[in-house]
Amino acid sequence: MYEFTYHRASGLRQATNLLGKHEEAKLIAGGQSLLPMMKFRLASPSDLVDLNKIEGLNGIELTSRALVIGALARHAEVHVSPEVQQGIPALAALAGLIGDPAVRHRGTLGGSLANNDPTADYPAAALALGATIVTTKRKIPADEFFAGLFETVLEADEIITKVSFPLPKKAAYQKFRNPASRYAIVGVFVAKRPSEVRVAVTGAGASGAFRVPEFEAALQKRFSPKALDGLSVPAEGLASDIHASAEYRAHLVGVMARRAVAAANG
Amino acid sequence: MSVTGIGAPVRRKEDFRFITGAGRYTADIGLPGQVHLHFLRSTHAHARITRIQAGHASRMPGVLAILTGADIAADKLGPLVCGWMIHSTDGSPMKMAPHPTLPIDTVRYVGEPVVAVIAERPDQARDAAEAVVIDYEELPAVVDPATAQRDGAPQIHEIAPRNAIFHWQLGDAAAVDAAFKQAASVTSLDIVNNRLVPNAIEPRAAIAEYDPGTESYTLWNTSQNPHVARLVLSAFVGVAPEHRLRVVAPDVGGGFGSKIFIYAEEVVTLVAARRVHRPVRWIADRSEAFVADAHGRDHVTKAEMALDRDGKILGLRVKTIANLGAYMSTFSSSIPTYLYATLLSGQYAIPAIHCAVDAVYTNTVPVDAYRGAGRPEATYVVERLMEVSARRLGIDPAELRRRNFITSFPHQTPVIMSYDCGNYAASLDKALALADYAGFGARKRESEARGKLRGIGLSAYIEACGIAPSQAVGSLGAGVGLWESAEVRVNPTGSVEVLTGSHSHGQGHETTFAQLVSGRLGIPIESISIVHGDTDKVQFGMGTYGSRSGAVGMSAIVKALDKVEAKAKKVAAHLLEAAETDIVFENGKFTVAGTDKSATFGEVALNAYLAHKFVGADLEPGLKEGAFYDPVNFTFPAGCHVCEVEIDPETGRVTVARFTAVDDFGVVINPMIVEGQVHGGIAQGIGQALMEQVVYDEGGQLVTGSYNDYVMPRAADFPLLAVDTTVTPCPGNPLGIKGCGEAGAIAAPAAVMNAVTDALGTEDVPMPANQLTVWTVLQRAARQQAAE
Repeated sequence: MYEFTYHRASGLRQATNLLGKHEEAKLIAGGQSLLPMMKFRLASPSDLVDLNKIEGLNGIELTSRALVIGALARHAEVHVSPEVQQGIPALAALAGLIGDPAVRHRGTLGGSLANNDPTADYPAAALALGATIVTTKRKIPADEFFAGLFETVLEADEIITKVSFPLPKKAAYQKFRNPASRYAIVGVFVAKRPSEVRVAVTGAGASGAFRVPEFEAALQKRFSPKALDGLSVPAEGLASDIHASAEYRAHLVGVMARRAVAAANG
Repeated sequence: MSVTGIGAPVRRKEDFRFITGAGRYTADIGLPGQVHLHFLRSTHAHARITRIQAGHASRMPGVLAILTGADIAADKLGPLVCGWMIHSTDGSPMKMAPHPTLPIDTVRYVGEPVVAVIAERPDQARDAAEAVVIDYEELPAVVDPATAQRDGAPQIHEIAPRNAIFHWQLGDAAAVDAAFKQAASVTSLDIVNNRLVPNAIEPRAAIAEYDPGTESYTLWNTSQNPHVARLVLSAFVGVAPEHRLRVVAPDVGGGFGSKIFIYAEEVVTLVAARRVHRPVRWIADRSEAFVADAHGRDHVTKAEMALDRDGKILGLRVKTIANLGAYMSTFSSSIPTYLYATLLSGQYAIPAIHCAVDAVYTNTVPVDAYRGAGRPEATYVVERLMEVSARRLGIDPAELRRRNFITSFPHQTPVIMSYDCGNYAASLDKALALADYAGFGARKRESEARGKLRGIGLSAYIEACGIAPSQAVGSLGAGVGLWESAEVRVNPTGSVEVLTGSHSHGQGHETTFAQLVSGRLGIPIESISIVHGDTDKVQFGMGTYGSRSGAVGMSAIVKALDKVEAKAKKVAAHLLEAAETDIVFENGKFTVAGTDKSATFGEVALNAYLAHKFVGADLEPGLKEGAFYDPVNFTFPAGCHVCEVEIDPETGRVTVARFTAVDDFGVVINPMIVEGQVHGGIAQGIGQALMEQVVYDEGGQLVTGSYNDYVMPRAADFPLLAVDTTVTPCPGNPLGIKGCGEAGAIAAPAAVMNAVTDALGTEDVPMPANQLTVWTVLQRAARQQAAE
C-alpha cells in the first residue's frame, strides 16, 4: 500500500467537495475491492473519502411497488433483511452468495455497483430487475448505468445514495462459481416483471454484465425452462480464461438461465 | 492402554496456544533494532541481466543496504546445492547447475529473487525495491518438460544440453521386455501428474541476527529441519561454522515438504544481518509464497502394464519425464527416483518392473518434495493402471487387486524395497465394507434418476516411510544419514523434558511424544515437555518429513528412555537397599521383586540428584540420557481408499459424494491425531485430483499466482470422510509404528480419478478434473457419438 490521505466525510456535500478537490481521490465504503487493490499496490489513490459515517445511506425500505436499498447497505444486511426477503427474495439470496462472511459484512451495494466488476453479482440483479440507481445528481436506469469493465456513467464527483428495485412477480438468481475466486463464472438473474421478462448475465461477458434479448423474448411467451430449449448465446464476446473458455461460458449461460427460471417458478 | 499413553485419543496439548493466538511463529518474534528485507524478483522467465541500477533506491528514506548477486559472490557464499547424487544410466553424475544465491547475470524463472533491499520499515524497503531498475535482455523460455528435452529448445544451463539433468533407470529392462512378450493383454496410459503449490498456512519467514563480538549468527526460520538447515548453511553455503550458527524453528504453521529445503532468502537474510549489523526480517507474503516455495509433482509419464489371461500382472514399464524447474532444489533429485520408482510395485507381486526417468530443467519454480514426494506419483501410475486393466478385462477392480496382492512377508520387490509386513486384503475388505461397495449400483441408479453421473474408484496404495535407514539411502546417493536423536532429561522433581531432533509443524509431537513418555514412566502428561526446533538446545536432528517422526523420532526416544530406566534402576537399588537386578519398574513404580518395598518414579528422580547419599564413583549423579536411532528399514504403511463421485453432466461439476479410507499405519499412538492427518492428506489428494494446478503460460509467466486462480480446496468441497484403520505392527522399530502423515495425499488422487473416469466412461481425463475439464471431456464424447 502506498501512502494516502484519509478523509472521513460527515455528509454527502463534504464528500462531493473532497472528490472535486482531489483529482486522485477515491470513495471508500466497504473497501472489499479497493483495499486489496491498494495492498497489492495496483491502486494508488491520493485520498480516500470515507462514506461510512454519513447518515441515511444504509436504510432498507419496502413499498408497494419497489424495494429501496441505501447505498451503504452491507451484503449481509441485505441477505437477512425481512424487507428484502419479503419483497425480492431472489435479491436476498444473491447477497448471501457474495464473497465470504467478512466481505459480506463490509461490502456494500453502492460500492459493488460503482465498481462494476464484470464478475460481481449485483449488476445482474440491477439489470434484470430494472433498477434505478439514485445518485447525488440524478436517477440512472440500470440499463444506462454500466459502461464496460469496471466503468459506469458515474461522474468523478457523483455518489450513489440508494438503489430502487421495482418488485418483480417472480425472480431467481443462479450462480456458477469460479472454483478459485468464488466469483461468478456465470451468474444469471431472471425476473418476470409485470410488463416484461428480463434475463441478465454476469461473469460471462468480456465487457461486463449484459441482457439476453433472445432469452427474454422466449420467456415472455412462456415463462418456463423449456422455452429456452435450443436457444444459446454466442461464445463470441464472452470472457475466456483458465477456468472457463468462452464456449463453456456460453453453454453455462443457457444452463443457469434454465435453472433460474425453474427456481423462479418454484 | 493408560489414559494418556500410547493408543489414547489425548487432546493436543499445543492446540490451546495455537487457537488462542498464543503461538510463537517466526513473524511473532520481534528483536530490538530489527530492520526489514524485501526481495525484488524476476519478472522474466529467462533473461540476461544487463544492468542493475540501485543508486537512486539506495538513497531513499530508511534504506540501509541493497544487495545483488555480486555482493553475495564477493562474500564467497554459496552456491545452493542439491544433496542427493543421482547418476545417469551411463554412469555420469547428474548435471547440477550452479545455483547462485542471487543471480549474477541470468534469471531463470519468474519470481527468482534478484535484489534484496534492507530498510528501517517494510514499506520503505518495498518503495526502494520499486525504484531499483534492472535491465533485462529477454531469452526464449521453456516451461513444458517434454518440450524442454527437444532439439532446439532454449537451453537453461550451460552444463545441461537439452536441459537434461539425468537419464536414470531402475529395474530389469530385459525381464520386462520378456514379460510383455508373454502378456495376454497390455494396458497403456499417458499420465500427467500436475504441478502443485504447497500452500502451508504460514508463509516462509526468516529473521537473522549477527553478533559481531562472537562472530556468530542466530537464524529464526520456518524450517522442518533446523539442524539440516544449519549443516547446509555452514558446510555448503559457508555462512559460518556450525558452532557459530544457531538455527531456531519456533512454531511453524505447516510445511508439507516446502520448509525442508535451504533457500536463497535465508542466506541473503543472514548476509544482510552481518552487513547492516542489525537484526534483519524477511516475512514472505502469500503472493511471494507462490514463487518462493518449491513446487511439487510435475511428471509426464507413459506407463504400461502386462497381464496374463487371469489378470495376474507380469510386468510394468514406466517412462517418466520429471520437471525439476530452473534449479535443483535441496532434495529434488531423490523425489522422482528413489522415492518414486521404488514404489512402483504397489501392493502387488510384480515379477518384472523397469522405470526410466529423465529429469529436466525448465524456466519454472524449482520442484522438490511435497507431501508424499514421489510416492503419490507412483501410486497414481500403479492404481490407474490397475483400475483401467480391470475395466478392460471385465474383472471387478477389487478382485483384480486381490488376485495380485502380496501375501507373504518379507517380500522383496524388483525395485529395491523389501516390504516387512502388511495385510492388504484386510484393508481392502474393511474399506469395501465401510464404503458399502456392494450398494454402489443402487446409488448410481438414484443419481441417474436425478440426471447425474456417478462413479466409484479404488486406490490400494503403499508408501515407504520412516525415512530412512542410513545404510540404504547412503548407498543410493544421499548426502546425509537419516537417523534421529533424542535426549530425555529427568528433573529432580520428576518432570521430564524430551529433546528431539524431530520437528513439529502441525503433527502434534508435543502430545504424541509426551504420550510415549507418560505411558513408559507412569507420570502425568502435564509433567512432560517436548523440546524441539532449536540447534542450541537439541544436539542434532534430521527433522520431520517422509512420515518419519513416529517411526524414527519416537524410536530414538524409546532408546533414550531405555537408558533412563536402566540408570533409574541403579538409583532405586541404592534407595531401596536392594540389588539392582532385583528392581522391577512397572506403572511408574520401582519395586524390589517379591517385596512391598517400592519407590515412585519421582522419588527415584530426586534421589538421582542427591549425590551426597551415594558414592559418586559407583553411581554418577543425575538422570539424563541421549540416544541416536538409525532405522533398519523403511516402514510400509498401506491401505485402501474408496472414492465415489457424482457429476453434473450439464456443467461438468464433480462432487465427491463419499470417501472412505482404511489405512494400516501399524501401531497408532493417538487415533484422533492420526485421523486428522488422514483428513488433511485426503484434502490435499482430492485437491490435486479435482482442483489444484500450477499453470504457466508459454512465456513462463505464472498464471496461477494467487488464490484468484489457484484453486485451494475448502472444507465445503468434501463430504464427511469415513476413516478407519487396520493394524499390522511394524517389526522394524520398537513401537511398531509405520507413519501416517502422507497417506491421504498419496492414495486419494488415484481413487478420485478412478471414480471420475468410471462415471464418464473414458480413461482420458487429466488432473485436475475440474468442471471445465470434465465438461470438455463430455463435449468431446458427445461429438464423437454424433459422428458415429
